[in-house]
Amino acid sequence: MRRIITATVQDRSGVLNRITGMLHKRQFNIESISVGASETEGLSKMTFVVEVSDHQKLEQLTKQLNKQIDVLKVSDITEKAIVARELALIKVGGSGQLRAEIQGIITPFRATVIDVSRDSLTIQVTGRPDKVEALIALLRPYGIKELTKTGVTAFLRGQQPNQVTELNSFTI
Amino acid sequence: MKVEAKHELESAKKVMTGADVLINALVEAEVDTIFGYPGGAVLPIYDAIYRSNAQFEHVLSRHEQGSIHAAEGYARVTGKPGVVIATSGPGATNLVTGITDAMMDSLPIVIFTGQVASNVIGTDAFQEADVMGITTPITKYNYQVNQLSELPGIVKEAFHVASTGRPGPVVVDIPKNISAELSTAVYESHFELPGYQPNKTPNPLQIIKLTDALSRAKKPIVLAGAGVIFAKATNELIEFAEKYHLPVTNTLLGLGCFPGSHQLSLGMAGMHGTYAANMGLYECDLLINIGARFDDRLTGNLKHFAPHAKVAHIDIDPAEIGKNVQTEIPVVADAKEALEALLKRSVELGDQLVWKERLARYKQDYPLWYERSDQQISPQWLLERVHQITDGEAIVTTDVGQHQMWAAQFYSFEKPNRWVTSGGLGTMGFGFPAAIGAQLGAPGELVVSVVGDGGFQMTAQELAVVKERNLPIKILIVNNQALGMVRQWQESFYEERYSESLFVQNPDFVKLADSYGIRGMRVNKEEDVQEVLEEAIGFDGPVVVDCQVVQQTCVYPMIAPGKGIHEMIGVSK
Repeated sequence: MRRIITATVQDRSGVLNRITGMLHKRQFNIESISVGASETEGLSKMTFVVEVSDHQKLEQLTKQLNKQIDVLKVSDITEKAIVARELALIKVGGSGQLRAEIQGIITPFRATVIDVSRDSLTIQVTGRPDKVEALIALLRPYGIKELTKTGVTAFLRGQQPNQVTELNSFTI
Repeated sequence: MKVEAKHELESAKKVMTGADVLINALVEAEVDTIFGYPGGAVLPIYDAIYRSNAQFEHVLSRHEQGSIHAAEGYARVTGKPGVVIATSGPGATNLVTGITDAMMDSLPIVIFTGQVASNVIGTDAFQEADVMGITTPITKYNYQVNQLSELPGIVKEAFHVASTGRPGPVVVDIPKNISAELSTAVYESHFELPGYQPNKTPNPLQIIKLTDALSRAKKPIVLAGAGVIFAKATNELIEFAEKYHLPVTNTLLGLGCFPGSHQLSLGMAGMHGTYAANMGLYECDLLINIGARFDDRLTGNLKHFAPHAKVAHIDIDPAEIGKNVQTEIPVVADAKEALEALLKRSVELGDQLVWKERLARYKQDYPLWYERSDQQISPQWLLERVHQITDGEAIVTTDVGQHQMWAAQFYSFEKPNRWVTSGGLGTMGFGFPAAIGAQLGAPGELVVSVVGDGGFQMTAQELAVVKERNLPIKILIVNNQALGMVRQWQESFYEERYSESLFVQNPDFVKLADSYGIRGMRVNKEEDVQEVLEEAIGFDGPVVVDCQVVQQTCVYPMIAPGKGIHEMIGVSK
């Protein structure tokens, strides 16, 4: 099962290395990690998307993360109402008429063209991973020359409904 | 007058090196013994040690591995952190086995490694190694000092992290320019660790759940591990077991936390444990694990481990609970506090007569056994003799392998902190240097180092330290001219193909000892054993005894790899 886990960590040297090293040593399967500053100086936020086989493995993962001396808080937010976004940069081949066609595809995704060259253009898209994946699938026939994604970053919505439904939950 | 005052102020502002700052921090941490080896990147530290009048001993090993195993032995016996200093590069990498060993067996060790100067880190400088990268997975925590002002705080934090919660090794990597830096400033040693707050006090609800489960249990058993020793909870464990007449079994590292001769003791469990202990674990309906981590050498095949039991697990490290064995009653706590909380509640137990009779019968019908050889010395018999001659009071250190298992089986431990062995990592070459640290940590005690002829040759160079300090350690080499456990597995599982496990050439251990100025003895007949051992143990000084034993003897009983805890082989003759 796929889970989204967030961790608040102290900004100490080597903290990312410690955590990825531990995940590697204990054979956890990480799909993405994103790290960045948080609202508090000296603390960073990490978001992991992980694939775990069962609840025992999941419990081990959160416990091993918590055990890290630099980790302050670990939350499995998979079943909460959350906002989750990732960013992708996609370079596709295209000139002339094709460009207009591509523009037509990306507009509904609120993606933007951020770089144009003679025979290619670079698209930036931000959103839930399923949306980003959908756009990538649509662009694939045009020939993706280069693709890079940031990985998901996420946190809880400002208000948690009494019941988390499919509408406000995050499907991964 | 004015001039004089100014003069005083200046002399109060003493110029110190970074290394002096380190020494002061070690004094503040109440360090009395340091195990180390000098080298280029720690020259400023060794110079500070030379100049210092601090009241600690520096013990010069002959290989860094000797230093760290000695520090482990010291930590095991005293319960205090062992302290190690090594130089950068090869000095640090020579510590890797010992650091990993300490991590696996939760020993509090603080290691100071030298590092090349800050401005050349990352340039593949002479004797540079990525100590942070290398030691991150094998330490509880590690630090590289970036500024001298951080050093006292880091040292204080390092001792705190190493010795609290679940103990473990902590590395402090100090670049040479920092230990050489001159300073007149006084630095604060304050630290904050919001992400590290070990919980010692049990959740009262879990304690109620545990005692309730106990009141309903028909077949309860206690598994006691090294956590009981770290928490100094032996008395509480005995009280708890006696209050409810609970059978107690020990892990390898838990030996001594419950008296081996106690009527309620089932002995050691696991791969070479007793039949009664393992069947107790297999058949129980309530398993109370106190401070053990359900290691695979204990559980055997997890599918068959305590299959009918409700499992309660008391551990200071929450990540150990539920890691290998599904646990219904998790108690995150210090073993002593948890046992105290358990003792405060009183419950009535159901009738457990059938269970007790069953275990008593297992104990009586399937005791540990061995066959005496009429030719040479039987190793198990040898260990029994050692127990008898030392009244079971010695501190015993071992490596890993057959001699370790025989010591665990036949040297019955009555008290904690007297059994020093490499459990988790299973490190050859551990036992002898660990005995040096144990003897320095417990100067008045009898220390017997039981080692194999293989393992002893891995760290035998430390004999120089024994001679230098005239440490009265008794080194008993259980010499079977082989890597006994490897040989045993090749006999059992590889159709007797003894690939590289039989030694064609061993040194003359008596002459080896003699070359270091240490008394060497040899015994190869059973009729001489008593006399030689009595002579060696009574001797006022170090002795190496080459005990030549039967090569073909195997350790039994045994749970074969992949088998369940109830499928022991070799339970009787």
